[in-house]
Order: sequence, then structure tokens, then C-alpha cells
Amino acid sequence: MRLLLRRCLWAPPTLAGVLIVTFLVTHLLPGDPAVFFASDPAADAGTIATIRQKLGLDLPLWRQFVIYVGDIAHGDLGQSITTGQPVARDLLQRLPASLELTLCAFAIAIAAALPLGVAAALRPGSIIDHATRAISAAGASLPTFVTGLVLIYVFYNLLGVAPEPIGRLEAFATPPPSHTGFLLIDELIAGDLAGFGMAARQIALPALTMALFALAPMARMTRAAMIGALRADFVRAARANGLSPRTIVITYAFRNAMLPVVTTLGMVFSYMLGANVLVEKVFAWPGVGSYTLDAMAGLDYAPVQGFMLLMASIFVALNLAIDFLYALIDPRAGLAADG
Amino acid sequence: MAERVARLRHELTENPFEFVAAGLFALFTVVAAVGPWIAPYDALATDAAHALQAPSPAHWFGLDQLGRDVFSRVIVATRLDLLIAFGAVILGGVIGSLIGAASGYFGGGADGLVSRVVDVLMAFPLFVLAMAIVAALGDSVANVIVATAIINLPFYIRLARVEILIRRNLGYVEAARIGGSSHLRILLVFLLPNILPALVVQASLNLGWAVLNAAGLSFIGLGIRPPTAEWGVMAADGARFIGSGQWWIGLFPDLALMLAVFCFHLLGDVLRGRIDARASA
Repeated sequence: MRLLLRRCLWAPPTLAGVLIVTFLVTHLLPGDPAVFFASDPAADAGTIATIRQKLGLDLPLWRQFVIYVGDIAHGDLGQSITTGQPVARDLLQRLPASLELTLCAFAIAIAAALPLGVAAALRPGSIIDHATRAISAAGASLPTFVTGLVLIYVFYNLLGVAPEPIGRLEAFATPPPSHTGFLLIDELIAGDLAGFGMAARQIALPALTMALFALAPMARMTRAAMIGALRADFVRAARANGLSPRTIVITYAFRNAMLPVVTTLGMVFSYMLGANVLVEKVFAWPGVGSYTLDAMAGLDYAPVQGFMLLMASIFVALNLAIDFLYALIDPRAGLAADG
Repeated sequence: MAERVARLRHELTENPFEFVAAGLFALFTVVAAVGPWIAPYDALATDAAHALQAPSPAHWFGLDQLGRDVFSRVIVATRLDLLIAFGAVILGGVIGSLIGAASGYFGGGADGLVSRVVDVLMAFPLFVLAMAIVAALGDSVANVIVATAIINLPFYIRLARVEILIRRNLGYVEAARIGGSSHLRILLVFLLPNILPALVVQASLNLGWAVLNAAGLSFIGLGIRPPTAEWGVMAADGARFIGSGQWWIGLFPDLALMLAVFCFHLLGDVLRGRIDARASA
């Protein structure tokens, strides 16, 4: 358990660093927020100075940082100028939309990448191996916004099978009563199958766009790890002992190949959180990414700060989860003194 | 002559990917070098009377919403996009490698601090970090290069650090130390040339990523601003007209972007296979 403990101790300093970086970057952002809060372009210097004082903008940078950390400890991420709401509330309201999209994409990518990678590893040089390589190359070279636009053009404009890319539901649909914020789950709780179908159709293209992007590194890694595992001595021993190919591939090789793959999953998820911004923009998806872009366009920096913090915290939490998963897959990893 | 043809045929069939990668790379380099002179029209000249015209013999890639020639814009944009990619990779690669090498060589408290900073940088989704940096520094080509270089830094720091760590106590380094070489000389003359191949492979793999990053930033309206001819800016223009059927405005810059990224990835793979046989399993 020492490694796990050490990984847990790694999280707080990283989060502290994240706080400092976020604070510094957003304080370099152009535009004087006091002028915005004055909400009057003709406000005189006196009014602006009063507002600066009220916002604490006249204090030295380190004092502002202390106040900022204190506010965050109370769950206060500041006020958005564009929406007029507390940033924490805005972000929490929109986070389920982003998470639902990212998790759906993640699930699709895993469901496609693992079998492809394993199949490619079992028959190197075969058609399926080349197909996997081609898909990986395409996924790695295609910018997400291009994939998204092509999918929209083909499935909405040409074939007419996909709904208009205007968010999570069709234009005049009423959303189900919110329990989890995940529309797909909320529709099921409400027992509205038609609504579930509608939400599923809306999420299909953006999720596919992101999945295609995440698939490339996963399939590649799975293929490499499986080839390595299949060459290992314990697989040869299992084969010599006459175990069925199924047992050898699934129980022996696959479980061992999972270790490096799980490690890449964390990296891939982080890339997906970044790509999320572009996908949300293309599909007008009302998540935290579009929210932040709108705020950025309005020189409104509290949401940008909150968004960066949120993303980094999710990633740190995810890394911890991966470490625990690692220990589950390979009991040795959790017990080892060094890692 | 026949011998040469046979040899060429052998190379082509043995390593088709290398030829595709090298060919594409040569094409992009030439277009970037002479782009403004071979473009048939001015990339910024508008012609409202013929706006949104479909591809024709006079305008191979059609005209955009302001009547600008899409073919000329795609060609002229090549230089800017490659400049950003190479600028960011060289800047990030040189600074990151030096920091990582020094950190791995000297170890101690500074090394711990460097590793912490890298952890913190990697905790952000890197595209989000680039967005914030460009928004903070302001829209300019230089700032896009700086932001892309910063998000590339962690990869070079980690790689250089590990590569130096495994070599710093090897025999030839000990020998140099006993021979009286200074730390600086050992680092620059004995160690860096040895880890250079790994760094070059990393750099070529990062080129494609840098292009994607820069284009993604301008797609969401950060960094390079319209009317500059840049693939991401043009893709954003095209996105608004895809619904009404004017596919050529977005398609061609998108294709150029994809082809460039594909070329860099392929090049990175080829280099990795050639230089580092261990990783090419």
C-alpha cells in the first residue's frame, strides 16, 4: 500500500501548483474587470477605483492570491460577468453535459480500440492489422473539429439521419426532471423512451467525433502491449501446457497487456478533456467548454480560472483512480515499495 | 542505369511509407518556401461579386464568402502553419531538453522542483492550458508559438531527464570527469549528443501535434485572427458555410491540415524506426 499512499500524498502539492498557475495565467488576461463591473463605459476614474477596491484589485498580488485561495476553500470561484451567476454554480450546471459527452466517447473508444488492438496483435500483418493502423493514423491526423464537421455534413446535410447539431435536445423539446444532470440517465428515470432516443441521437455524432480521436492511441497501445504479452514466457508455457487459445489470450495475455493500456487511458482522458472544448464548439454542446469560450470572448476571467481548476482537479482525481485500478489489476503494483 | 532503377524499385517496395513521408515533407517545405510566389491570386484580395463560387478551372478550390481564392489561401497559409509548428517545437525542444538534462544530471532539490513543475503542467489538459496562455498574452503569431512551446516542454523535460539519468554514471562519463572535464562540458559534449536521437524523434512526433494545436486555437478564435490566411482560421470560415452546401471553403484547408499532420506523424514513425530500433515493435 505504500505506493498508493505516496500517490495520494502527491495530489495536494500538484493541486497547489495548479492553483498558482491558474491564478497567474488568469491575472495576465487583458482587460480591467473593474471597468466591466462598472458596466458603464463612461464611468469616471473615481467609480472604477472604488470598484477596484471592492474587488480587492488594488492589493498586492500575493494578498490577492491568499484571498483567492480562501475563497476557493469556501467553494467560491467568483462571479461570472457574462451570466451574472456564481462561477461554481455555472460550472456545476454545465459539467454533467461535458462529462456525459466525454464518458460516452470514452466508452465507445474503449469498446472499439481494445478488440481492434487485440485482433491486430493476434494476426500481425493481416488485413485487420493494417485496418487498425489505418484507423489509428487517421484518428491521430484528423483534427477533432474537422471530424465533427465532416460527420455533420455527411449525416445531417447529405443523409439526413442525424439531428441538427444544436445541443443536447431538439429545439423545442422539454428536458426531463433533472436528477443526475446526465440526460440519458434522467430520461430513463423519467421513463421517457422517446426522450432517451432523442438525447441519444443528439449525443451520437459528438461522442463519435471524440471517440475517433481517442481511439488511435488506445488501439496502438493495446496492439503493442498484446504483442509483448503474447511473446512472454508465461504465454509460451501456457501454450505448451495445452491451455485453450481462448484462455491464453483472455486470461493470460490480455490481463497482463492491460497494465500499460490503463496507464495510457489517463493521458488519453486528459487529451479528451482538452478536445472537448473544440467538439462542444462544433456541436453547440452546452458544456463547460462552450461556457468558457463565451466567457473568454467577453474578457470575463473568473469562469476561465474556474474551468482550468476544474479540469486539472478532474485529472488529478482521475490519476488517483487509475493508480487504484492499477493495484486491482496487478496486486504487485500496490505493494511494491518503489514504482 | 538499370541497376539504379532496380535499387529504387527495391527501396520503394521495401519502405513505401518512408517515401510517402519524405515526398509529402518535401512538398510542404517547397510550398512553404515559395508559396506567396506560386499562388495564382492574392490571398487577401476580396471580390464580393463572385463570393461563394464553386471550384472551377479559374479557381481550383473555389472562392470563399468574401470572394477570396481558396487555393491561393491554402498555399499561402502553409508557410505560417509550418513556421508555428517548427518554431514551437524548436523553442520547446531546446529549452525543455536543456532543463531536463541539467535536472537529471545534477539531481537534488532543483531536480525535485523541476519534476513538481512538470507534474503541475501535465495536470492541465494541454489544449486548455494553451488556450489560457494565448488569451493571457494576446493574439499574435509569436504568442501562439510560445503557448505551443510551453505545452510541449513537459515531454522534452521528462525525456531528457530520464535519458541523462541512465547515462550520467556510465564509464565514459566517469572517464571524462576524472579527466577533468567541467560539468558543462560533460553535459554538452558527452551527454547531449548521445540523447539527441531520442529528442529528435520526439520533436518530429510533436510537429504534427503543434500544427493541430495552432489550428485548433485559431478555430476557436484565439491566436491567429482573420483575415490572415491560416488553415484553422479558414476551417472556422468553412464551418459556417458547410450547412448551406459550400463545402469547398472548409474542405481544402481541412485537407491541407490533415495531410500536414499525417506527414509529420509518418515522418516521426519512420525516424523512430530508423533511430530507435527498440521502440519500433
